[in-house]
Amino acid sequence: MALLEVSNLSIAVAAGGKLLPVVQGISFQVEAGKTLGIVGESGCGKSLTSLAIMGLLEGSQVRIIGGTIHFNGQNMLTLSDKKRREIMGAEMAMIFQEPMTSLNPVYRVGDQIIEAIRQHKKQTKQQARARAIELLTLVRIPDAEKRIESYPHQLSGGMRQRVMIAMALACDPKLLIADEPTTALDVTVQARILELLKELQQQTGMAIVLISHDLGVIAETCDSVAVMYRGKFVEVAPSAELFSTVAHPYTSGLLSSIPVSDHEIDRLDAIPGRVPMLGEDVIGCAFHPRCNLAQECCSLKDPEEVSLTQTHFTRCHFPIGSNL
Amino acid sequence: MLAYTFKRLLALIPTLLAASVLIFLFVHLIPGDPAAILLGDTATPEEIAELTHAMGLDRSLITQYFLWLGNVLQGDFGTSIFFRIPVLSVIADGAETSILLASMTMIWIMLIGIPIGILAATRHGSWVDQIASGGAMLFASIPTFWLGLYLILIFAVGLGWFPSSGFPSISDEGGLWNIRYLLLPSLTLAAPNAALIIRLVRASMLDVQREDHVRTARAKGLHPTKVAIRHVFRNAMISVAAAFGFTFAALISEAVVTETVFSLPGIGRLVVQSILRRDYPVIQGVILVIVCLYMIINLLVDLTYARLDPRVSLK
Amino acid sequence: MNFISTIQNVFRGRTLATIGMIWLCVILVAALAAPIFAPFDPLDIDPIGRLQEPSWAHFFGTDHFGRDTFSRSIYGARMTVVIGLGSVVFALIIGGLIGMLSAYFTRLGHVLMRIVDVLMAFPALLLALVLMTLLERSVTNTIIVIGIVYATTTARILFGMTLKLKGEVFVDAAKCSGAGHSSILFRHILPNLISPLLVQASFIFAFAQLQAAALDFLGLGLPPEIPSWGNMLSEERIYVTRAPWLLLFPGILIIISVFSINLVGDAMRDSIDPRFKDDIAGV
Repeated sequence: MALLEVSNLSIAVAAGGKLLPVVQGISFQVEAGKTLGIVGESGCGKSLTSLAIMGLLEGSQVRIIGGTIHFNGQNMLTLSDKKRREIMGAEMAMIFQEPMTSLNPVYRVGDQIIEAIRQHKKQTKQQARARAIELLTLVRIPDAEKRIESYPHQLSGGMRQRVMIAMALACDPKLLIADEPTTALDVTVQARILELLKELQQQTGMAIVLISHDLGVIAETCDSVAVMYRGKFVEVAPSAELFSTVAHPYTSGLLSSIPVSDHEIDRLDAIPGRVPMLGEDVIGCAFHPRCNLAQECCSLKDPEEVSLTQTHFTRCHFPIGSNL
Repeated sequence: MLAYTFKRLLALIPTLLAASVLIFLFVHLIPGDPAAILLGDTATPEEIAELTHAMGLDRSLITQYFLWLGNVLQGDFGTSIFFRIPVLSVIADGAETSILLASMTMIWIMLIGIPIGILAATRHGSWVDQIASGGAMLFASIPTFWLGLYLILIFAVGLGWFPSSGFPSISDEGGLWNIRYLLLPSLTLAAPNAALIIRLVRASMLDVQREDHVRTARAKGLHPTKVAIRHVFRNAMISVAAAFGFTFAALISEAVVTETVFSLPGIGRLVVQSILRRDYPVIQGVILVIVCLYMIINLLVDLTYARLDPRVSLK
Repeated sequence: MNFISTIQNVFRGRTLATIGMIWLCVILVAALAAPIFAPFDPLDIDPIGRLQEPSWAHFFGTDHFGRDTFSRSIYGARMTVVIGLGSVVFALIIGGLIGMLSAYFTRLGHVLMRIVDVLMAFPALLLALVLMTLLERSVTNTIIVIGIVYATTTARILFGMTLKLKGEVFVDAAKCSGAGHSSILFRHILPNLISPLLVQASFIFAFAQLQAAALDFLGLGLPPEIPSWGNMLSEERIYVTRAPWLLLFPGILIIISVFSINLVGDAMRDSIDPRFKDDIAGV
């Protein structure tokens, strides 16, 4: 069994007495030490998926309406709150998109890391403090002994994200969920944070689920990629395979909207149209109104999942480069 | 911190001076001749003129103001027309009652307002929340004196559990047990202010609850109660503290009414009675003291605020 | 902006606020048509029928002069409306002008806002008490005094909001198209402040009721012969042990009314521009 197994996960948002589906029956697995990238435009349901795995959906308008999430052989959805909290922050940790606001402004960063450590490990304050310094050094924060006394507002965005990573690594998690970890950062800082994540993964052997709207970020870091559109995976493949043989027109659209610096292009191709609103019904393939390859049947019937190879799946009536 | 406090204290001086001018003017514009009031109905015009001169009331307003200010700065607030003793000792006599009443009220406000506010915020939208916030709004809508009168009627007159009025000093016979005289008054005074705190704590906790760092705290696997207290409430305290000056002003205002309802020998009742007695020097003195106190409390609130929020720098 | 749809927005799904609004309308009708609804003359003294319990003849009983409490309560609604609206209008016009002008003309603001600061150094009721001693007990003076007290808070709030708007692009655009100061202030800035002002008005209305009642109670508010709810409480308080219902009815009327206004104010605050939400402190 893989470290993380999600099957048939469906999530809905309660609005005006109705349940609007946002994630519709997605399934995937992540093996220890591997990285899965989930990519899609904002509003496609990728962040909700990550929050669902972490168990952070409770108390909001959002509910899991179907499917299972197994982590380390345990069904996370039937686990007691207490048991789940023992896993959260210890075996499974998460970092978020907004490093500027994800740390509590009134506590020193050291104390926030120490809190994460002492929540799960029986350690004295001194031991936890030493560990916090070690973690800050690990994520390459210079002068860790001093920085541990800083308040979040005294650090830059990149530094804060490093603190977030240090906090997530506090108890050596088996799985790290990174929800758009670099979106809010400068490009140069982005690259360094991604590199750091990769290195830490090699050192600790943890699995990573990386959520991003940026296929470029995914390409650099992930072993396999799931492309998400309107709550469904429209294409899943190992990174190398995905980039060499794109099957879904949406993925192809995402690819051609990445700026490539080493050869000249006249213009970037943006995908026309917009993501349909939540609750807006689209009959047939959800992507067909924006797809330039769409044919009549695309507006009538939602495509089933088709496998192109053993590891490459897509949901399209007319996958690119195939004769289906 | 010390330098900042000193600077802030200095900045209070102009406002305080302006307030003293206002207080002085207010009091001297009150219709009625204090000398005549003091001497009663049988006084002859000559007697009145003599006393007017003796009290300095025939000099120009500006001279009177500076004389008064000069004396105040030396700790001499004049002599009460009614009690015929120094104003400062009249105020001091009321201080014990008022300080004890305010402290007890503060304890009630904290004990009632904060836990209920937290409960309402953490159970946002539930019936607990609806009862708590609806009840808070209801209590903020009750006139203080009405609540006081009915508490007296039920618990003092009806059930006889508590004394209905007055307050013998805790240094008198009965000692600390005399505090029971302040139980109903402090509850009366606490009700609308605790209501205010409930709504304040609830609203600011709901604001904080939406912030990203709370999700981070939950992601650490912290127990929801720990998240609510250590992360949400701790941060919400910043805006609650900022609004505390306002609560204190409401407290002073309502203390005037409450002390009157319960016939407590405090500073609030002294204000009303001195106004009704036209006891100029006392009115001036008490209001000046209250305004000073209010400004110092506001300063303390600001300093606490800065301590609670590391992002605020004391420059 | 459509007036009716705005009102619908405020009250949709808010049953309590709607009931509150209905109650306020009832009070307004009672105030306007007091002589029609009141079964007795509120000032008619009946020395024999003193301190009667509530009955079918006297719904709320009679007071220590034998006057009908129910009729006095209906006439009391007049004072509620007059004092409330009067203080709101006074506070909004005076305070609003001070706040807006201070924010717009910075130099003037330095002076005016300092005066506001000084007045705000006095706790509300204390300021009202001191002002009231200067003036005779009358309806107009009560309105002026409560109006002044809340003009200070209104000035402070509008100062902040105008300052925020002053920096917005549409103000620059108006300047570029040659609009004068008064046109910018009253035709461009003011319309944006109408809905927060309405919310502020509702809270002043509520506070004014409590302040007026407290002033009445301390014997420094409306003249004693005027039947207001506060005066009724103040006059009958010494009979509270003999006739507890005498204080019950006017008290409950005050509570329900203030509660209703607060509910309506809260509902209105929830539906205004979120930029201004923090500026307005309700109950």
